[in-house]
Amino acid sequence: MNSFEYASPRTIAGALEVLDNDSVILAGGTDLLSLMKEGLVAPKRVVNIKEIDELKGINVGEDGSVTIGALVTLEEVLESPDLAELCPSVVEAAAGVRSPQIQSVGTVAGDLCQRPRCWYYRNGFGLTAMKDGKSLARDGDNRYHAILGNDGAALFVNPSSLAPALIALDAKISIVGKSGSREVALADFFQTPSSDQEKEYKLEAGEILTAITIPSPAGKKVATYEIREKQALDWPLTAAAVAIEMNGDQVSAAKVVLGHVAPVPWVSAEAGAALAGKQVTAESAAAAGDAAVKSAKALSKNGFKIQLARVAVKRAVLRAAGMEV
Amino acid sequence: MPKPKQPEQTSSGISRRDFFKSSTVGAVSTALVSGVHGEGSSVEVLGPGEVGIKLNVNGKTRRLRVEPRVTLLDALRSELDVTGAKKVCDRSTCGACTVLLDGKPVYACSVLAVEAQDKQIVTVEGLGTPEKMHPVQKAFVENDAQQCGFCTPGFVVACAAFLEKHPNPDIEDLKKGLGGNLCRCGTYDGIKKAVKQVAAEGGINA
Repeated sequence: MNSFEYASPRTIAGALEVLDNDSVILAGGTDLLSLMKEGLVAPKRVVNIKEIDELKGINVGEDGSVTIGALVTLEEVLESPDLAELCPSVVEAAAGVRSPQIQSVGTVAGDLCQRPRCWYYRNGFGLTAMKDGKSLARDGDNRYHAILGNDGAALFVNPSSLAPALIALDAKISIVGKSGSREVALADFFQTPSSDQEKEYKLEAGEILTAITIPSPAGKKVATYEIREKQALDWPLTAAAVAIEMNGDQVSAAKVVLGHVAPVPWVSAEAGAALAGKQVTAESAAAAGDAAVKSAKALSKNGFKIQLARVAVKRAVLRAAGMEV
Repeated sequence: MPKPKQPEQTSSGISRRDFFKSSTVGAVSTALVSGVHGEGSSVEVLGPGEVGIKLNVNGKTRRLRVEPRVTLLDALRSELDVTGAKKVCDRSTCGACTVLLDGKPVYACSVLAVEAQDKQIVTVEGLGTPEKMHPVQKAFVENDAQQCGFCTPGFVVACAAFLEKHPNPDIEDLKKGLGGNLCRCGTYDGIKKAVKQVAAEGGINA
């Protein structure tokens, strides 16, 4: 790890004062410190934001919206009666981070801003995993890489556990910087980098992600379903989150978001459309799964993930409807 | 289980930690004086040189000087000679460095020492002694829940934290709730039996 300056401000204003272009934000630290030990991140200054009370807490607004502070830990998500009642899919997603040690310090914003697990990225070959003009991922060991959105240079998968569930619920995030604050749809926060000069999410140097807001989830049927290689600490092979609105016994609208299948959390409009106007049955859920992977393309070693993604969508839909998976 | 403290001696009589400590003296002595305020800022900026910190480890206040980049794990092991927590992956994955921070299990490799100030740090040494073992330590012995022993201190701390939250765990709780620790010898079966035994005998406060 390189040596660095350290500051621990108590307010957002104080944090903005000490954050500059060569600073990084420290929250839970479980990813950042690993990245720094690998030399992938080597800041001049580390700004610990954990003492900033403004970034903490889960609040339900009068309009039924749910605001989750950036520093809310995964453990707090798991133990929140409000989230269990209003958006259990987010709680299910947090439960997928199978390490109490990470759950106790890892934060919601940290889950969204963790860097990809792609082993080429983690070994210093950049997000596009290029060496001597060739893609190490496209020609190499890509068993965990993207099956959707993989036409460009980036083949890693977005590592966030919470993003699919939050995006399915149309979550927005609040960002503050020296020049003011902005709110963006979480789905638009993520991007597929076309080169190593770009990052996989849009947070400029000096900016802080302060909160995640979910519009009132009342009446939506939600679920997250992960398919995992092992039950202990690991990132899922694939995950699907759904939010379904019903009109009588028919689906009026459905949002289906897949995780760990593309460089971004993958919103499948096709899967949503496949459910619209239908009753939720084993057949319609399976049709949604088929639709979700219709445009999927396997790399040399990850064809199995297409079937897993298909099944994850089907089971998430069934779970959301309270049916046996 | 923790034996009376023995220094890790090599054949030359110098412990590995002493070697690492002496080999970093040059870097330390050239480090800049720390603790300046950012330009026009009210927020104190420390480092990159050594800063004086206080850590509360197993109920005792310990004073030390470390650079901000030093992890809690390295501070415990190399500066304070509290070597129960082990350094294995050093990447938030294996759990061998698990300690309690204000009662919660954390990977000490992924916490900076400077940010652990004002918190209660408990390592495996703080849970019990060979004469008066913690219920988890006793159950590990009785269920042969270790082989090489390297993961054991972290596992014991993780199990104690787990039982605090799950006094009557079922097998699913166990699989998920102890998922943050790895044992390459494969002693999981003994560890599960040990945890169940502690639960059956009245829990960690019995």
